Amino acid sequence: MQKTLFAAFLIAATPVFAADKPNRIIDGPKVVIDDPYKTGMLGYLQKEILGDPEQIALDPRVKVLAPHSAEDSFHVPITIDAREIGDVERIALFVDYGPIPHILDYYPGEAEPWLSFRFKIDQATPVRAAVQTKDGAWHLGGAAIDAAGGGCAAPAAAYASDDWEERLGKVRARMWPNSGRVRVIVDHPMDTGLADGIPVFTIQALDFKGLDGKKMARIELHEPVNEDPTFSLRFAQGALKAPMQVSGRDNNGNEIEATIPYNGAIR
Amino acid sequence: MTLTRRTVLATGLAATAAPRAWAKPRLEYGLKPVQVADGLWMLEGSTEYFNFENGGNIVNVAFAETDAGAVIFDSGPSRRYAEELRKVVTEMMPRGVAAVVNSHHHPDHFLGNQVFSDKPIHALEETKKQVVLHGDSYADNMYRLIGDWMRGTEPVPPNTMLTSNDLTIGGRSFSTVPLGGHTQADLMILDRATGTALTGDLAFLDRTPTTPDADLPRWRESLDYIASLDPKGIVPGHGSFDTEGRSLVQTRAYLDWLDGALTDAAEEGLDMVEAMQIEMPDEFAALGAQPHEFERSISHLFGDYEKAALPEVN
Ligand SMILES: [Zn+2]
Repeated sequence: MQKTLFAAFLIAATPVFAADKPNRIIDGPKVVIDDPYKTGMLGYLQKEILGDPEQIALDPRVKVLAPHSAEDSFHVPITIDAREIGDVERIALFVDYGPIPHILDYYPGEAEPWLSFRFKIDQATPVRAAVQTKDGAWHLGGAAIDAAGGGCAAPAAAYASDDWEERLGKVRARMWPNSGRVRVIVDHPMDTGLADGIPVFTIQALDFKGLDGKKMARIELHEPVNEDPTFSLRFAQGALKAPMQVSGRDNNGNEIEATIPYNGAIR
Repeated sequence: MTLTRRTVLATGLAATAAPRAWAKPRLEYGLKPVQVADGLWMLEGSTEYFNFENGGNIVNVAFAETDAGAVIFDSGPSRRYAEELRKVVTEMMPRGVAAVVNSHHHPDHFLGNQVFSDKPIHALEETKKQVVLHGDSYADNMYRLIGDWMRGTEPVPPNTMLTSNDLTIGGRSFSTVPLGGHTQADLMILDRATGTALTGDLAFLDRTPTTPDADLPRWRESLDYIASLDPKGIVPGHGSFDTEGRSLVQTRAYLDWLDGALTDAAEEGLDMVEAMQIEMPDEFAALGAQPHEFERSISHLFGDYEKAALPEVN
C-alpha cells in the first residue's frame, strides 16, 4: 500500500514512436512528446542530453520511484526499474529544473536495467529516465519530486571534517550473490562547481568488471550525483559467481580501485 | 482592475450572503486550552504532518499558572499561533505571560518565540545554538509547507539559558532535565506540584515520532529515564494527554521497530527507495502522519545503517 506514495507516472498505452512531424516548431525536437509534466523543457532536454533522437516515446515500463518530497535535497533517493524492457543499452537520468540537468548515464551491460542511487536536487522538478534499447529507440519515464531546494549550490559536507582527503576514493561495497545485488559507496565530495570558490570535482565514471577484466556495467556520473555516491546494481539470480572489480577516476586524475569480495560482508 | 487573490476573495464575499468555506476572511487556529492538571492547561495539536489546512498546528503547547503569570511550554509553529496563544492565556490569567520555555529546536516548538521576546524564553544552551544555526532554513521551509499561516514569522532564539535542574517562577517550581535523542538537546520538564511530565518530542502518542536529528540509543535512554520518574500525567510533544504512560511505551516500541527494520533492510542489500516500501506492522502504520514519517526517517537514518552493512574494501 505504500507504493501509492511513489510518483511513477504510468501512461496506459503501448509505446508508439512518432515519426518526424512536418510542422514541428522551429528549433523543437524531432519528436514532440505529450509531456505529462508539461514543463516546456522536455524538447530541449531531448536535444541536449539525448541528441534529438528520431525514436522516442513515453513508456510505462520505465518506472522511476522516488519520494514525493525530497527530505534531504543533498541526497534524494531514486530507483529506476526498466526490467520489463529487454535489451537495454543505456539509461540517461536528468531533471527539468536545476542548474545542471544531466545526472548520470548507466550502461547496464551484464546487469539488469535497474539502478538505485542518490542525487542533489535544486528545486521541485520532474526527474526523467530515458532508456535506450539496442535498436536505438528511447523509452521515457519519470517522477515529480517536491523539494525545499539548495542541494546543488552548497559546498560538500565533507569539508567540515579534516580527513576527507584521506577518505577520498575509499570504497565500501558488498555483494549478495543469492539476490544478485551489488552495492557500493565511494567517498568523494562530488563538487558541482556552483558553490563559491570551489571548482568542479567529480568522479567521471565507475566501471564494474570481472576479475578477468570482462566489463559488466558502467556508470558515467555528472555533478548532480550526491556526495559519497551510493549505487545499488542488480544482476540476474545466479549471475554473480566471483569477486568483482570496481574502478574509476575523477576529473583531477585520482584513481578509484577496489575489489568487491564474493562473499560480501565479513560477518 | 487587476484581479489578485485578495480581490477575488473580497468579491466572492460580497456576492454571497452566507460565508463560504473557501472564503474564510482570516486564518485562525481557534486555540482551546484544556485543563489537564491543577493549574496546567494543554493546547492539543493535530497528529498530521504540516499542511495548508492545519497551519502547522500539529504540536502540543501547555501552560501553567503561577503567581507571576503563565509559564508557557513551547511557543508553536508561527507568529499567528503565538499571538492567539498570548491572547487566550492573557484572557485567562490577568497577570499574562511570565515566561516561555522551549523544549527543543524544531520549528513547531519555537517559531512563536518572537511574540514573547519581551519575556524570558528559557532553553538549553544547545537548543539556542541549533535555533541560531537552522532557524532561517526552518522558517523558509515552513513557508513552503503552510504558506500564509506563516506571514510575519521570524525565528527568534531563546534568550535565557537554563543552568540548573530547577526553575521556579511565581512560586511554582519545575524540574528541568536536560535529555536528548530526539534532537541534540531535549528538555524534559516535571511540574512538581502535579507530577506532570512535559516531555517535548521525546514522547509521541498515536502520532509517528520524527527523526530528522535523532540518536536512537540516546532517545531510548531518555525514555527509560522519564518512565523511571513514574509521572502522574504526560504532555507528549504530539498526541493526547497521557495518564497511563502509553506515549513512553509506544514511542519506545516504534523506535525499536525502526532500528530493527533498518538494520534488516541494510543487511539484505536494499537501497533507500526499497526500504521506504517495507511493510509496517499495523500498530505503527496506524500512527498519525504515516507512512510519510517513516519515509522521512529512511532519509534521515538509513545512511548510517548501510555504512554499517557495507565493509570497506580498499
Ligand atoms: Zn521535534
